[in-house]
Amino acid sequence: MIPLHWYLLVAAGMFALGIYGVLARRNAVAILMSIELMLNAVNINLVAFWRYMAPEALNGQMFAILVFAVAAAEAAVGLALIISIYRNRETVVAEDINLLKW
Amino acid sequence: MQLPILESINLMAVLPVLIIAGWACVLLVFDLLIPRSRKHWTAWLALVGLLGAAVALFFQIGHFARLGSEAAFDGMVTVDGFSIFLQVVFVLTAIVGVLLALDYLPRHGIERGEYYVLLLFTTIGMMIMSMAADLIVVFVALELLSIPLYILSGFAGMRETSEEAALKYFLLGAFASSFLVYGIALTYGGTGTTRLTGIAQAVTSDALNLPLTTVGMGLLLVGLGFKVAAVPFHMWTPDVYQGAPTPVTAFMSVGAKAGGFAALIRVLVTAFPAIASEWGTLIAVIAGLTMLLGNIVAISQSNIKRMLAYSSIAHAGYILLAVAAAQRSENASFAIGAVVFYLLAYALTNLGAFTVAIAVERDDGTGTEIDDFAGLGKTRPWMALAMALFMLSLTGMPISGGLVGKVFVFQAALQAVPGDPLLLAVVIIGVLTSVVSAFYYLKVIMVMYMREGEGKAVLPLALKTVLAATAFGTLVLGIIPGPVFQMAQRAMLK
Amino acid sequence: MIGYILFGLVALVAIVSAVGMLLSTNAIHAALFLVINLICIALFYLGLNAPFLAMVQITVYAGAIMVLFLFVIMLLGAEQVTLKSQLKWQAPLAIVLAVVMIAATFLLFFNVQASGGLSPLAPISEDPRQTETFGSPYAVGEVLFGAYLLPFEMTGVLLLVAMIGAIILTRNEAGGMRDEQRAASNE
Repeated sequence: MIPLHWYLLVAAGMFALGIYGVLARRNAVAILMSIELMLNAVNINLVAFWRYMAPEALNGQMFAILVFAVAAAEAAVGLALIISIYRNRETVVAEDINLLKW
Repeated sequence: MQLPILESINLMAVLPVLIIAGWACVLLVFDLLIPRSRKHWTAWLALVGLLGAAVALFFQIGHFARLGSEAAFDGMVTVDGFSIFLQVVFVLTAIVGVLLALDYLPRHGIERGEYYVLLLFTTIGMMIMSMAADLIVVFVALELLSIPLYILSGFAGMRETSEEAALKYFLLGAFASSFLVYGIALTYGGTGTTRLTGIAQAVTSDALNLPLTTVGMGLLLVGLGFKVAAVPFHMWTPDVYQGAPTPVTAFMSVGAKAGGFAALIRVLVTAFPAIASEWGTLIAVIAGLTMLLGNIVAISQSNIKRMLAYSSIAHAGYILLAVAAAQRSENASFAIGAVVFYLLAYALTNLGAFTVAIAVERDDGTGTEIDDFAGLGKTRPWMALAMALFMLSLTGMPISGGLVGKVFVFQAALQAVPGDPLLLAVVIIGVLTSVVSAFYYLKVIMVMYMREGEGKAVLPLALKTVLAATAFGTLVLGIIPGPVFQMAQRAMLK
Repeated sequence: MIGYILFGLVALVAIVSAVGMLLSTNAIHAALFLVINLICIALFYLGLNAPFLAMVQITVYAGAIMVLFLFVIMLLGAEQVTLKSQLKWQAPLAIVLAVVMIAATFLLFFNVQASGGLSPLAPISEDPRQTETFGSPYAVGEVLFGAYLLPFEMTGVLLLVAMIGAIILTRNEAGGMRDEQRAASNE
């Protein structure tokens, strides 16, 4: 079988790319997509740990399923917020939204 | 097929949560039948549900004082004195949250029944958070706490600041919670379990992978540190507090913070006692930085909501100090007692202060500057007196709950000094910053009494009730703290 | 051997598509890159004996959630969402943070690996009968409605909350009410 840490390294790489995306992008939609990338990296970790460390209980898989549900809820609320801001302001660039100080 | 779980669900133990959850769903349907001009009915119905939960909690207090603790849902949650105490705080906060919104929402033209439903849902998240016995529950409860708050922050949709606050809160919150899950995943990888007691066992046994578990714990702290607004994860606080509708700010400044601390204590004390000196030191450093930053930046604020936001950061620092003191196991009971007592005192005081802010705020969302408080001492003597009491309590002056809370926190920290000398330095920072905090809290009192102004305020019955209750509670905690503190100390998880 | 090559290919595509998502200036391209990435993750799940998760990943994530993203991007007008990065102080900081993060995790995992730490706690069964059942929908369902009942119910509530939120945030009822009131007061 493929060694566990290969999976972990891919996941860590994706998580780090997600962090870069959140911090560097100015666009709310892009930031949200980067967050989804981070959550997926976590899911790879969870499933890989489950398979290699504790396959007798389904903990890791359960957790991954719950992360799906949470990610779906976050995406729904986030996109709704973005739409409503866009409607009032005609911009989705985080930098243009500066009524309040960062 | 028979599901073996059914016997281990133990619905009675989580009855208050079930009452609120069921009631929220019913309310969602009821709300459709209520005409738009009568939305305050929804508020009163929400209050009925919360009072029902309060009654259930009242009966549970006696039950759990005898029994200690009980597991429910196959060990996913533990109901004990600690969780009951905090659930009381959450239900009280939710009741205040409903009462504050009762007049605020129609005045600002944002009255919708969903406000109350979402308030009930986020309360459930907080309540479950306080009884979490598994990292999965911590994660899902954190989301259940946060997502309704993101929506509520953006509730005043046509006021641009509100939407922006919501988006900022949402993006940073989602970012922080992905760190939290990554931390949980690494902890799971390091120990092979997500159950808190299982992690504690694994940490002491050979089955442990210490580097993974330690890094996992660190990332967990990032996620929870964001929720309680600890430095350096505090950046969202002032903007969100300022932008969100004021009743939401009041509710979230108390509820979300207490929920975060509940999870923090559950996770650190139950799952990681074996590496207590490591996290103790880390938390102590964060506590010191949080107090310093919160108090110093608060001085320069002119907006009451922003000022209270920085004040809430500062208070998170004091509570973190007590959490750090819980690292010594012989001291943990006192330290956790100090945390929950402080949370209660802070809840009463802060809710009271926000009530005054709501009374002064004008219908278009302005009137939140500290200068708008000018003249209140003459026009609204009782309200000004209550506000003075809250400000004194937040500073930590005598005959207020704030002072007693701070004394307990410092005492807990001093008891733990032999194990961790760093705590002494943080206690000194804490005392000094408390003195500094007098500058900005007393400024509000000075403006109210010394400066001439219109002193306009709208104070309907609901706000009066909240004001009287919170002021009374703050005084009671300040004058006879003994019984409550004993209860808080017995709240210690077994 | 084939397993290693497959893993390498999928991992390569996953990382490249993630980078592509971050670098593309067109929001639709970014979303499509993310879809590729999500499908690669589904392949990982298959390789890890979690077929149910793989299917959920494709239907829920790559399907529902990403369609939602694409829908919103097109609704707002793709040109509004062009992802031109104005590289300011945050970008270098982000690069530094991300590199530190990658370096730290690599170090961590290799350290752990060198000390022989990441050995399975329980022996991994290559017995096909067991591997057949333990990631199957049946097994997943049994645990989800058993030991994981509480978190499962909580996600139910969470999705309800998200639905309420999406509706009240996008339906501009409150603003409309204001207009009505204004009209009423003008009369």
